[in-house]
Amino acid sequence: MIPEFEKFKRFKAKNLPKEELLAPGHRACQGCGEVLALRMVMKALGPNVIVCMATGCMEIVTTPYPQTAWKVPWIHIAFENPASVASGIESALKVLRRKGKVPKKHIDILAVGGDGATSDIGLGWISGALERGHDFTYICLDNEAYMNTGVQRSSCTPYGAMTTTSPPGKKSFGQVTWKKNVPGIAVAHNIPYVATASPAYFLDLMNKVKKAALVKGPAYIHIYSPCPTGWGSAPERSIEFAKLVVETRVFPLYEVIEGRYIMSRKITKPKPVQKYLKGQRRFRHLDEEHIAYIQQRVNADYEKLVRLSEIT
Amino acid sequence: MAKRVGIEVSIALAEAVKLANVDVIAAYPITPQTHIVEHLSEVVADGEVDAEYVPVESEHAAMSCCCGSSAAGARTFTSSSSQGLLLMSEILFIPGPMRFPIVMAVVNRALSAPISIWNDHQDIMSQRDIGWIQTFAENGQEAFDLTLHAFRVAEDRRVSLPMMVNIDGFTLSHVVEAVELLSQEEVDQYLPPFKPRYRLDPRKPITMGPVGIPEVYSEAKVAHNEALKASRKVILRGWKEFADLFGRQYNPIETYRSEDAEVLLVTMGSISETAMTAIDTMRDKGQKAGLVKIRLWRPFPGPEFRKAAGKAKMLAVVDRCLPPGAICGPVGAELRSLFYKVPGGPKIFNFIAGLGGRDVTVERFEEMVDKSMVFAKKRPKELYEVIGVREK
Repeated sequence: MIPEFEKFKRFKAKNLPKEELLAPGHRACQGCGEVLALRMVMKALGPNVIVCMATGCMEIVTTPYPQTAWKVPWIHIAFENPASVASGIESALKVLRRKGKVPKKHIDILAVGGDGATSDIGLGWISGALERGHDFTYICLDNEAYMNTGVQRSSCTPYGAMTTTSPPGKKSFGQVTWKKNVPGIAVAHNIPYVATASPAYFLDLMNKVKKAALVKGPAYIHIYSPCPTGWGSAPERSIEFAKLVVETRVFPLYEVIEGRYIMSRKITKPKPVQKYLKGQRRFRHLDEEHIAYIQQRVNADYEKLVRLSEIT
Repeated sequence: MAKRVGIEVSIALAEAVKLANVDVIAAYPITPQTHIVEHLSEVVADGEVDAEYVPVESEHAAMSCCCGSSAAGARTFTSSSSQGLLLMSEILFIPGPMRFPIVMAVVNRALSAPISIWNDHQDIMSQRDIGWIQTFAENGQEAFDLTLHAFRVAEDRRVSLPMMVNIDGFTLSHVVEAVELLSQEEVDQYLPPFKPRYRLDPRKPITMGPVGIPEVYSEAKVAHNEALKASRKVILRGWKEFADLFGRQYNPIETYRSEDAEVLLVTMGSISETAMTAIDTMRDKGQKAGLVKIRLWRPFPGPEFRKAAGKAKMLAVVDRCLPPGAICGPVGAELRSLFYKVPGGPKIFNFIAGLGGRDVTVERFEEMVDKSMVFAKKRPKELYEVIGVREK
C-alpha cells in the first residue's frame, strides 16, 4: 500500500475547500463538464501547484490575454506536450531544491489535456513522462472529441457517435471504432496511481485527485467531461449524463493502485445504455442493432474490469 | 587557470555546459550531436555537475521539457541536429516570445531525403525564423567560448531570449583540436548565476502562454522582435568582457585579409578555416581576394557587415543550403537585401556548396572567386550557382 494514502484526510461534503483557484468569469460554455471538473481538481489540489495545460477549450476559455482565470502558476506551451513541460518543471524544481535556489517545500505539478491531446496527438509525450517516473499528475478531461476546433472525432470518441469528421451517412453510422482505453495504457507504464472519475461524483473525483498528488511518481486520472455544445445535449443535463454514464457502466469508476484494480462504484443493477445515449444528438441516428452492440460491448468491458479487480 | 588540451570539439562544448553549472539538460540523441549529450550524461552521472539529465523520448519533448524547465527558473540546455531540429520545430518558435533563455547547441547536418548524416546548414536555415539568437562557431575554441557566451547573453535580464550555437557536424563536432578550457573560477567570474525575472512559483502565481487575441498578438510579436534586435548590445558586451577576462575577442562579423580585396568570400561556420587557406593561396598568386565570416546570424549584424564588406567590388557569398525554387540561398538573399540600392555597394554572387558532407576545398573557393570575376563582367543567368556538383 502507498504510505501517503494512510495519513490522507478525505474530502467530505462538510470540509470542501472554499477557495476558488480557477476563478469564475472564464468563457466556458454553459453546462461545460470540463471546466466543472477542472474547478474540482483545483479545489482538491489547493494553491501549492503549478499547472501545465495543453492547447484546447480549457486553455482558451481561461486565458484570453490580458485576462486569466488562474490564481495558481499556469503555463501553456502547445497542444501535445503538457506532460513534457511538466517533466521539465519537475526536473527543474528537483535540482533547484538541491541547490537551495527554491524552498524545500513540495509543489504539486499538474498536466492537463483534453482527450485529443491525451489519446491522439500527445500520447507519446505522456508515455515518455510516465515512463521516466516524474512526480506529477496527468489529468485527461475527456469530452470525447476535438471540441475546441468544432467537434471532430478523436480516438476517445465513443462508438457510433456523430462528429464533424465521423458523420453518419448512407454508408456510415458515425464513429466506427471503440473508445481507446487510455487509463489502461497508463496502467501499462506500471505507474503507482491511475483512476477514472466523473464530475457527478465530485467527492470521489476530488479524493482521487488528492491521492494522485500525494503519491510519489506519476499519476494519471481520466475524467469524463460532458460537452453540451459538442454532444448536442441540454446544458442543464450535463451532471445527469455524468451520472448516467456511470450507472449504465459505459464509463466505470475505478482506481488502479500499484497495479491493483479497485472498483470505486460497483454497478450491480446497471441501467440500459439506451438511457445514456438518449438525449444526446450525437447518438440520435443509431439504430437498435448498433445500440445492442454497444450494450454487449459495455457489458463485456465492465466484466473484464470486475475480473481485473478480483485478480489483482 | 586555463589549460590548453587536445579535445574533441563536442566534448569541449559539453565541458562548457558543465562549467556553466547547468541545472537541466533535456536531450534526445541524434547523429552527430550524440557526443555532446553522452558527455553531459556522464558528467551528471559522475556528479561533476549537479544537474538533472532528462532522457526525453523525442526532440519535440526535449524542447517542450526545456520550456518547462526554463519557466521554472532552471539554467537549461539541449542539443540537436537535422531531423531532430525539425521535429522540435513547432516548439522552437515558442521560447522566444515567452522569453525563456534556453541554450542549445545545434550540430549542423543535412536534411532528408535522401537521408544524410553529414554536414551542411539546411537544418538551421530551415529554422532561421524561430526568433533565437544564433551564432556560428568556426573552430573548437569558439564552440567552447560561444557556449559560455550564450548562457551569459541569453539569461541577461535585458535579453531573456533563447540562444543557439551552431557547430558543423563531424567536420567540427568530431575533430580533436587544441582548446583552452577555462577553469571553474574563471567561468564563474564571467557567468553570473541565472536569476530569472519571472518563474513558475505558487508564492507569486503568473499565467504564462495565454491566448494572444488579435488586439494583442501583433504587439507581442513586435515586442519579441524588438527584444531580439536589442540583444545586440548585450551580445557585444558579452564578447568584450570575455576578451577583457580571457584575451579572446569575438565580433559579429570577422574579416581576413579583406582590406584591399576586390572579391570577398562570405562564409559561416567551420569552412571559414579552409576559406582562409584559400585566401592565402590566392593572395600568393596576386589575386585581391579576402574573407568575411558571419559569426552572428540572428539578430543579423547589418551595420557591422556593411562596414566589413561594403567597400569590396564583389561578394562571393557561400550558402550551405539549397532552398528549392528560391531565387538564391538564404545568406545570399540576406546580403542582397542588405545592399539593395546601396550606392557603390558590392555586386553579390551566391554559391551553394558543401551539401550533405560534400567537401568544400581550397580549389572550390578559388573557383568561386574566379567565377565572381567572370560574373562581374557578364551577368550570370541565375542568381546562384551550385558548386562542386556533377552534372551527370
